[in-house]
Amino acid sequence: MTKAIQVQKLQKSYKQLQVLNDVNFEVENGSIFALLGSNGAGKTTIVKILTTLLKQDGGTATVNGFDIASKPEKVRQSISLTGQFAAVDEILTGRENIIMIAKLRHLSNPRQIADDLLKRFGLTDAADRRVSTYSGGMHRRLDIAMSLVGTPQLIFLDEPTTGLDPEARLEVWKIIKELADSGTTVLLTTQYLEEAEQLADQIAILHEGKIIANGTLAELKQQFPPAKLEYIEKQPTLEEIFLAIIGKKEDH
Amino acid sequence: METAKKHFFSDMGVMLERSMRHIFRSMDTIITVTIMPIGFMLLFVYVFGGAIQTGTDNYVNYLLPGILLIAIASGISYTAYRLFMDMQRGIFERFHSMPIARSTVLWGHVLSSLVSNAISVVVIIAVALIMGFRSPAGILSWLAVAGILALFTLALSWVAVIAGLSAKTVDGAGAFSYPIIFLPFISSAFVPTESMPSGVRAFAENQPVTSIVEAIRALLSGQPVGNDIWIALAWCIGIMVVAYFFAMRAYKKRV
Repeated sequence: MTKAIQVQKLQKSYKQLQVLNDVNFEVENGSIFALLGSNGAGKTTIVKILTTLLKQDGGTATVNGFDIASKPEKVRQSISLTGQFAAVDEILTGRENIIMIAKLRHLSNPRQIADDLLKRFGLTDAADRRVSTYSGGMHRRLDIAMSLVGTPQLIFLDEPTTGLDPEARLEVWKIIKELADSGTTVLLTTQYLEEAEQLADQIAILHEGKIIANGTLAELKQQFPPAKLEYIEKQPTLEEIFLAIIGKKEDH
Repeated sequence: METAKKHFFSDMGVMLERSMRHIFRSMDTIITVTIMPIGFMLLFVYVFGGAIQTGTDNYVNYLLPGILLIAIASGISYTAYRLFMDMQRGIFERFHSMPIARSTVLWGHVLSSLVSNAISVVVIIAVALIMGFRSPAGILSWLAVAGILALFTLALSWVAVIAGLSAKTVDGAGAFSYPIIFLPFISSAFVPTESMPSGVRAFAENQPVTSIVEAIRALLSGQPVGNDIWIALAWCIGIMVVAYFFAMRAYKKRV
């Protein structure tokens, strides 16, 4: 098996509205693949189809070698989804959330798994507090931690940093890079160009239900007008100022 | 599908555990569900009771079955509410993208509804005892009462699942229970149906609550139950089967 995801001629409409129109792409094992597009481009629809939450109208797709239409159960066993809205239980504690997922994956040592993941994501101190008391960044960290239970080969992250403050966003970026380093394939969707640029091995630009460009950052740069040489004064961005003031080093 | 089927009961156990935590961490919901029926009980016994002719000397005994049904009818609105909130949040999508038996998500809510309503029922019976409720019923009769109430709860919980799955707003998810809470008032729960005008009386005598109330009342007072218990069971099971069918259909449409 060489490809983590293979998508061919994927079609999806909601009533009259065509959301996906002949989408084709492939994701290499162990890579980070970014699906870049504005709101309403169809990113979430693709994620929902590939994670078996939604059925396609036409075309085929395989995930980890399993056809999503005929082997949804196998697909679900080998993936994890971190949806656009934090998929955590607010009323449970962080520890209970992870234990719940470990039990649903029928793993033998849920408590140990929870301890390890909480530690890895810096949530040990907050482990026994209800999630409703967590900050946005902690929510996201727990969310991703829950997706790592059972070490799935492929993780879907639907807009993982939307709504996060700059610090939390950097944290999430770091986590995603570590995931890819450990061999997990990551498909993420984003509307932030910078995010795709920072993280992705391969970037596909989705526009009005079609992939209009697909390649590595270097390849995409080649397809478009050559770089012009311009002299501009480098002003610090507001993000750099913000992070400098609050004493965090930008370490990406 | 094999793995999902194999783990059905273990998955259901996890979902039930989750739902029960939700309930015990919002005790206010159980208190709310218990206080309104207790209020009705106090009102009817100590305010209206003196003017109501039921042919019994102990109005609490007469009233209790209807009060229990009101408690259950208001309790299940929280089942609809919790299910609705689950669907609004990402946790539902996470469950569905995992290799679990999907219907356990609903079963968790339905079974926890059974447990939380059982708690309310016990509390209300305790209050009724303080107010003078007495029953000569033996253990078998009490078990029969528990069985009828459990079936009634299950049937209404599946109705609540339909409401929770198809509601557009939180308020809508809870509002379906109002007519059900009202049904006991147009039954023999508070006054004998003989005192009602003929049209209302025909409705009252043929709607599910009357047969359920009559069956429970007969069991608790040690009277012969006659046909009421079979009619009551038929209603409960009938509602449950139909509601389960439509709940599953609504669920398949959502996922």
